[in-house]
Amino acid sequence: MAAVTTTTTVRPTRRRPSIGRIVAWAVMAAILLITLLPFYWILRTALSTNTALAAHPGDPLPVGLTAGGFERALGLQSAKEAIAQGGAGGGLKFWRYLLNSVIVSTLITVCQIFFSAMAAFAFARLRWRGRDKVFGLFLAGLMVPAIFTLLPNFVLIKQLHLVDTLLGIALPTMFMTPFAVFFLRQFFMNVPREVEEAALLDGAGKVRIFFRVLLPMASTPVLTLGVLTYITSWNDYFWPLMVSYSDSSRVLTVALAIFRAQTPQTGYDWSGLMAATLIAALPMLVLFGFFARRIVSTISFTGIK
Amino acid sequence: MTIASSSPPSRLPLRGAEGAGTEQRTGRAKARENGGDGRLAAVFIAPALLGFTVFLLWPTLRGIYLSFTRFNLLTPAKWVGLDNYVRMVHDPIFWDSLKVTVEYVVINIGVQTVAALAIAVLLQRLTQSAVLRGIVLTPYLMSNVVAGVVWLWILDTQLGIGNQIIGALGFDHIPFLADEHWAIPTIALINVWRHVGYTTLLLFAGLMAIPDDMYEAARVDGASEWRMFWRITLPLLRPVLAVVLIMTVIGSFQVFDTVAVTTMGGPANATNVLQYYIYGAAFGRFQFGYASAMSVALLLVLSAITFLQYRLTRAGQSDLG
Repeated sequence: MAAVTTTTTVRPTRRRPSIGRIVAWAVMAAILLITLLPFYWILRTALSTNTALAAHPGDPLPVGLTAGGFERALGLQSAKEAIAQGGAGGGLKFWRYLLNSVIVSTLITVCQIFFSAMAAFAFARLRWRGRDKVFGLFLAGLMVPAIFTLLPNFVLIKQLHLVDTLLGIALPTMFMTPFAVFFLRQFFMNVPREVEEAALLDGAGKVRIFFRVLLPMASTPVLTLGVLTYITSWNDYFWPLMVSYSDSSRVLTVALAIFRAQTPQTGYDWSGLMAATLIAALPMLVLFGFFARRIVSTISFTGIK
Repeated sequence: MTIASSSPPSRLPLRGAEGAGTEQRTGRAKARENGGDGRLAAVFIAPALLGFTVFLLWPTLRGIYLSFTRFNLLTPAKWVGLDNYVRMVHDPIFWDSLKVTVEYVVINIGVQTVAALAIAVLLQRLTQSAVLRGIVLTPYLMSNVVAGVVWLWILDTQLGIGNQIIGALGFDHIPFLADEHWAIPTIALINVWRHVGYTTLLLFAGLMAIPDDMYEAARVDGASEWRMFWRITLPLLRPVLAVVLIMTVIGSFQVFDTVAVTTMGGPANATNVLQYYIYGAAFGRFQFGYASAMSVALLLVLSAITFLQYRLTRAGQSDLG
């Protein structure tokens, strides 16, 4: 933040806009347009009827304004109604999937960050034999692409009889990721020793120091990491696709892909599909809306990966 | 393992033997007074170590083991030695999917890196508005599935707005995702759309580390923005660029979601990327052993690339020092 204000004042060369600057701004505007237009197109399509979409494919505004797409995505329409409006008539209950996604992402985020913070504290601030070796092992874990562990993890989850449960989806990433431990350890290492020593003098134990001093001090990195973890687990598709088979454990990404695959004979139910897309995407947009400034500045000033 | 053996008394002699600096020594002395943190550390590290061992270390070893077995999930895995690897080497579809994957990665990473660099530099030189950086990041908030479905619609041959615009400009509609030649570049660009903002912010972080007075000095010398980019920005960004490149290439090789929701490997295996083929082998044909062997191959390819990139770009060094 500080860097932003200083650099804008330092830059004195705001002479007449050169041609280069105008071109650069035009390029920037085009980039923003390509970035944002698909979002508008989701909304525009979701509010249109399928028949009107086919007749006016290029109309910039919603055509045949309707909430039918949303009703279909949320399972509020009867099969007959749905088919009449160009839907598949298969029962998809996005409320249920929304709830599943919230449960899974919350479980993963809260547990992963908490356990990772505990481990990071042990690596950064406690003395124990083998610490550096164990940490080296964790670092090596960073090198294993997540995708490599998916197949064996599926076999494990199956042996644990957790296939098709929300816990089965959450479990592998619930305890830690090497990155979270690494990132938080880095933060704890940078907290001045004096802070800890002052608390020690006051008679606080190490446990107390972790919960009452270090954890509150780490609220900004923890929050950033938390929001990014939430977004990552919300958007995960491959792993939940392997583990969930029925509505009881189906999350939004998987449901959306199933919706897309249920192509009715007449063609895609674009209106319903875009409504479902919006339902899947909106919570993350809202979440980001709350924390955008903090996340953006954390990523762009520390290069969190 | 390490933790169970770290009971305080046994560590004391070891402690005395190592350590040099005075600061360390006082720290150690203090730890000795407190009786060390062994037990507390065990409690604090336990959940993460459990997760690490059970869901990362063990699966990694098991994945390698399974690659030497025949395993259909229902009956116990049967050791078959190198059979899966022999089969893999002779499997034309495997080689084809590897080729398709590499083609995808080259387009995806090529376009994404150039675009991210351009956007990051534009942001750095034009405005450092956090709002714009936030907007650039928004597609990253979508899942690959959402991005895939949205662009499937936008690029639909008949009704998609993309093709409507192409038609209005007087060109023929392009079957982006239904054509063998267009499908991979299209998927690669869809994923550029979703990921470029994140890469941009990582590069932007690197740009912020370049001191402003370097640009000021160059300007005094009459250097153009173009020249400054090549002489200041790019050389000083190189270490960050290298790390970001390694990260994004590794991510790019794992492409699956977008293929699964747009083309499902088609048309005619044109988008049958490696991860999609692996998934099909495991969950379509229940050949977990063969799927594991291909995963190991992918792991080796990724390790080799990481190593090579690291060496070639001297990722560890910084000119800013």
